[in-house]
Amino acid sequence: MTTLDDSNKEKIRSVSVDLNNDASLLIDIPDALCERDKVKFTVHTKTTLSSFQKPEFSVPRQHEDFIWLHDTLVETEDYAGLIIPPAPPKPDFEGPREKMHKLGEGEATMTKEEYTKMKQELEAEYLAVFKKTVQVHEIFLQRLSSHPILNKDRNFQIFLEYDQDLSVRRKNAKEMFGGFFKNMVKSADEVLISGVKEVDDFFEQEKTFLLDYYSKIKDSTAKAEKMTRSHKNIADDYIRISSLMYQQKITRILIYTHIVVTMSFVSLQKVEGRVASDQELKLTELLRYYMRDIQAAKDLLYRRARALADYENSNKALDKARLKSKDIPQAEEHQQQCLQKFDKLSESGKKELTSFKGRRVVAFRKNLIEMAELEIKHAKVRSSIQLYYICFIMCTNELQYAWGICKILCEQI
Amino acid sequence: MATSSERSPPPFPDSEEQDVLDTEEVANRATDDDDDDGEDLFLSPTNQSLAEMEPTLPPTSQNSDFLIQPPIDIMSDPLIDPIISPEENKPAAEVVSEPSDDFVDLTNNGTDSPDDTGTADSTKDTSEIPLDEPSDEFFDILGSESGAPQEEVVVADVTVEASKSEDTDPPLDDETGSKVEQAKETSTDPIINITGDLPASDTQQPPTTNKIADPLLDLFSDTPAVDAKKPIQPIPDLFEDEGSDLFTEPRQTKPAKQPQKSLFGEPDEDLFAEPLGATSKKTISQEPKTVTPKPSGDGGDKGANQREPADIFTEEAVITAPTVSKTPGATSKTNGVHSEEDTDIFAEATVELSLDSPHNERKKDMTAKPSASAPSLAAAAAAASLTKPQSAALEELEEEEEEEEEDDKFEINVSVTNPEKIGDGMNAYMAYKVSTETTLPMFRTKTFTVRRRFSDFLGLYEKLSEKHGPNGFIVPPPPEKSILGMTKVKVGKEDSSSTDFVERRRGALERYLQRVVNHPSLIQDPDVREFLEREELPRAVNTQALSGAGFLKMINKATDAVSKMTIKMNESDVWFEEKLQEVEAADQLFRKLHTLVESLVVHRKELSLNTASFAKSAAMLGSAEDNTALSRALSQLAEVEDKMEQLHQEQAANDTFSFAELIADFIRLLGAVRGSFDHRMKAWQRWQDAQSMLQKKRETEAKLLWANKPDKLQLAKEEIVEWEAKVTQYERDFERVSATVRKEVIRFEKERTKNFKRQIIKYMESLLQSQQQVMKYWEAFLPEAKAIA
Repeated sequence: MTTLDDSNKEKIRSVSVDLNNDASLLIDIPDALCERDKVKFTVHTKTTLSSFQKPEFSVPRQHEDFIWLHDTLVETEDYAGLIIPPAPPKPDFEGPREKMHKLGEGEATMTKEEYTKMKQELEAEYLAVFKKTVQVHEIFLQRLSSHPILNKDRNFQIFLEYDQDLSVRRKNAKEMFGGFFKNMVKSADEVLISGVKEVDDFFEQEKTFLLDYYSKIKDSTAKAEKMTRSHKNIADDYIRISSLMYQQKITRILIYTHIVVTMSFVSLQKVEGRVASDQELKLTELLRYYMRDIQAAKDLLYRRARALADYENSNKALDKARLKSKDIPQAEEHQQQCLQKFDKLSESGKKELTSFKGRRVVAFRKNLIEMAELEIKHAKVRSSIQLYYICFIMCTNELQYAWGICKILCEQI
Repeated sequence: MATSSERSPPPFPDSEEQDVLDTEEVANRATDDDDDDGEDLFLSPTNQSLAEMEPTLPPTSQNSDFLIQPPIDIMSDPLIDPIISPEENKPAAEVVSEPSDDFVDLTNNGTDSPDDTGTADSTKDTSEIPLDEPSDEFFDILGSESGAPQEEVVVADVTVEASKSEDTDPPLDDETGSKVEQAKETSTDPIINITGDLPASDTQQPPTTNKIADPLLDLFSDTPAVDAKKPIQPIPDLFEDEGSDLFTEPRQTKPAKQPQKSLFGEPDEDLFAEPLGATSKKTISQEPKTVTPKPSGDGGDKGANQREPADIFTEEAVITAPTVSKTPGATSKTNGVHSEEDTDIFAEATVELSLDSPHNERKKDMTAKPSASAPSLAAAAAAASLTKPQSAALEELEEEEEEEEEDDKFEINVSVTNPEKIGDGMNAYMAYKVSTETTLPMFRTKTFTVRRRFSDFLGLYEKLSEKHGPNGFIVPPPPEKSILGMTKVKVGKEDSSSTDFVERRRGALERYLQRVVNHPSLIQDPDVREFLEREELPRAVNTQALSGAGFLKMINKATDAVSKMTIKMNESDVWFEEKLQEVEAADQLFRKLHTLVESLVVHRKELSLNTASFAKSAAMLGSAEDNTALSRALSQLAEVEDKMEQLHQEQAANDTFSFAELIADFIRLLGAVRGSFDHRMKAWQRWQDAQSMLQKKRETEAKLLWANKPDKLQLAKEEIVEWEAKVTQYERDFERVSATVRKEVIRFEKERTKNFKRQIIKYMESLLQSQQQVMKYWEAFLPEAKAIA
């Protein structure tokens, strides 16, 4: 059971979404509670909008509620022309939890020192995952709130305001299957309608770009994940080595060797871990988020293409009706509707996609700068530690003294 | 400094002079002596102790020329003597019955002596020598016996000329009668001296020769006093070594009489003779000072250094005293010293010694009597021996520090390069170029290169471990044979893993060879020289036994045997027990560390792969990006990641070569250390077995005695004698191995520490460099990121 409060919440957003911080509706998640599989977020809202009963309120929400909100938004016809912010990923504490479990099993084989050290690391990791989870949920809401159309959505407002449990029905198996089936249909449909001739160059371009970009970014995300994972492995190795050396009883025969090795790894250990987690935060998360965002944009394109296909179908139907001179007004109406819908979709889609592009570039810029800065910082820290260390090793021959310093270093780094 | 230095000289000069006597003419000697003395004065205090403590070490301090000889000396004499001494002294005092050990010593000495003298000479010339002296002394003595007693006499005469040689002669003639008296006196004297002054003792010694008595007294008085006041390490050692030897030797003398004499005679000669030379040529003024220390030594004013010399004198004098006939001469000299007619007196002494030889037989008889006086000496020696262990360890440490500095002078450098595959298929093998650069004179040329295959390295190890392992040396182990790795190479795939393997092995072989040649004893081995120098080496056979499974099996067997033996062995020496535990703990620790580092290497390689693929994919992403600035930034990012990949790769190589391999080496070496402990245990086991065997024989003898079977009894007695000899022999072996192991372990620690420090610093530097690269890359990237609009 973990709680997270304001004080220790990471100020740096893992993913920066260019939000126009509209003071009329401010949403954050100051607190979250994790019990078993469920994570309870406290969603806090501050608003000046008259559509809300109170200017400030907090409600408890679960991950499933977020999903529900997302799904309802996606299913709303009116929002077909919008990029619906991607739903936050399901909180996944399996990694750290599994590790914790393993650690518990392996406790017997480890020394106390090693165990506590590993446990601390795991706890830190767990906390990081937890924070990240809270953040993505928060960002989802913030993007909704900053969207000029979506923030007026009734469901969104209910989500924010209704102070009881939403008790969203869990998707049952049929629905799950249905969702899956829908996805299948959708992708099949996508293939089908891909044959439809694009009328607008902008969308044509956008489509190829997004498709290409999506596959690329998906690839990059996977690679970046792998990279950070192996970086973490290295950090873990460092921890293991340094704790192995640190906890071991020092034998006279190797005292110097011992100290030297210990110190070197202790000095490496934590920095390496930080490098890994920063990389994760700045790079992998960015890529991951935009992968999802692009998926959302692609969905938008799909919906538009669908509308286009509908329009063309209606055109055909109109032609047929004219040929048969039957139901012409009906067909005309339908054709008009489709055209309207399509035009509306195209219009808002264009807007959305352009803003998405700008948002993406800004986010990338910010994250890349931050990442570069962090990398530089870490490299500096590491190299200065190593430099000190080297000087120290070279200069001292006093073993006991060296060991004392080593211990101090261990505590402080 | 002045005073101390002046006083200290005597001991060293002695040894050196002996050498001189053997090899050089008197005239030369005089000049040489002067030079030597001067240097010795300064060097002597520390050096002597060092030399005695750790015979093997001396080589390092010396010039390359000496390197060869010292080891031998060390091995044979000093080790044996010191070790034996504590135990032997007591028995000696009680009963003279145990002759066996001494015999061994004598024999050893005798054989060694030729070499030693040679070394001594060489050392003299260079005049650096100090370390060798203790050992040399013994050798010289022996050597002189066999070599040229006559010459010595002549020399002595020459030197003596100034003094009266006639005076010395009489004492010799005094023979047994006087000896007995002296013996009595000596036994009583020590006590007196301790309590009273030297002068008092002098007065007391009326008998045949006042001179004799006086010096003896003085000597005695000095030694006890010293002991009482300060258990300075050097002193104890001196006592043990020389005292024990002296005592033991007399007994031995029966079998080998001449040696005895020479032993006794020479010490005296040297001691005194040197002062003579020094005094006569350098300055007379010095002598008085040097001499005076002895008597005044009781006063306690002298520093540790001063005392040592004094002790040395005393010891030797003591030696002479018990043995007898010479002592008169010696004593007379000392008296002379007091009177400040030093030179003459000393000269006499030398003469006497040489003259003594004929009378050796009488002396033998005397030895029994001297034993009476022995107790005091034995007690002193025992006391000394008690203090010895700790002091020895300390000194060893100190020495090693010196050694470390001197290591640099140790001019040999071996490199293994150019691994080359020779042959095809499964008969293929890797040959390496072994290049040596050296300034050691034992090699014909300064640089030479040979080609060796892997099995040659193994063969070398096998030879070395066979030869030196049982003596307790830590023979550096070569890398294990790897069937898997080699098969890959043989199959001829030029992939990274096989080149990696070859490179790893090359590095390991190089480090292995370097370890061998940097070992002061192993480098002396003809096989090593042959390995480095000879063009064609006979194909090493049976290295298969060392390979792969065979090797493992062997190790397992060994460890089993060890564990079995550990149970049986009740460790008498805490030091060894602790060290063994430490080694085992370290072994475990480093095994764990090694697996961790290996996994670190694997992860690092993974990281480098993943980074590479990310870089590629980032480049693709950049190309797909429609925002020009962002696209540029992304491709820049890809470039940065590409470079990072390079860095990670380098780092992985670094992890492997400077860290994982270092640890692997270390584990191998720890195995070798354990091996040397095993050998020590084996020696112990043999000793114990012999002891129990002896016990059995004794029992059978008792039974036979009871059964009254005289014919068999005789046989049994012979057997007992035989086994007694064996027991002492094995005991000596054990002690020698112990000493070697101890020294080797300490050397190992030192070496490792140094090595590790160096390696780790290198490793950290590589890390540091890569960090700085990372910094540079990202700093270059930063403006790109900022340029995204």
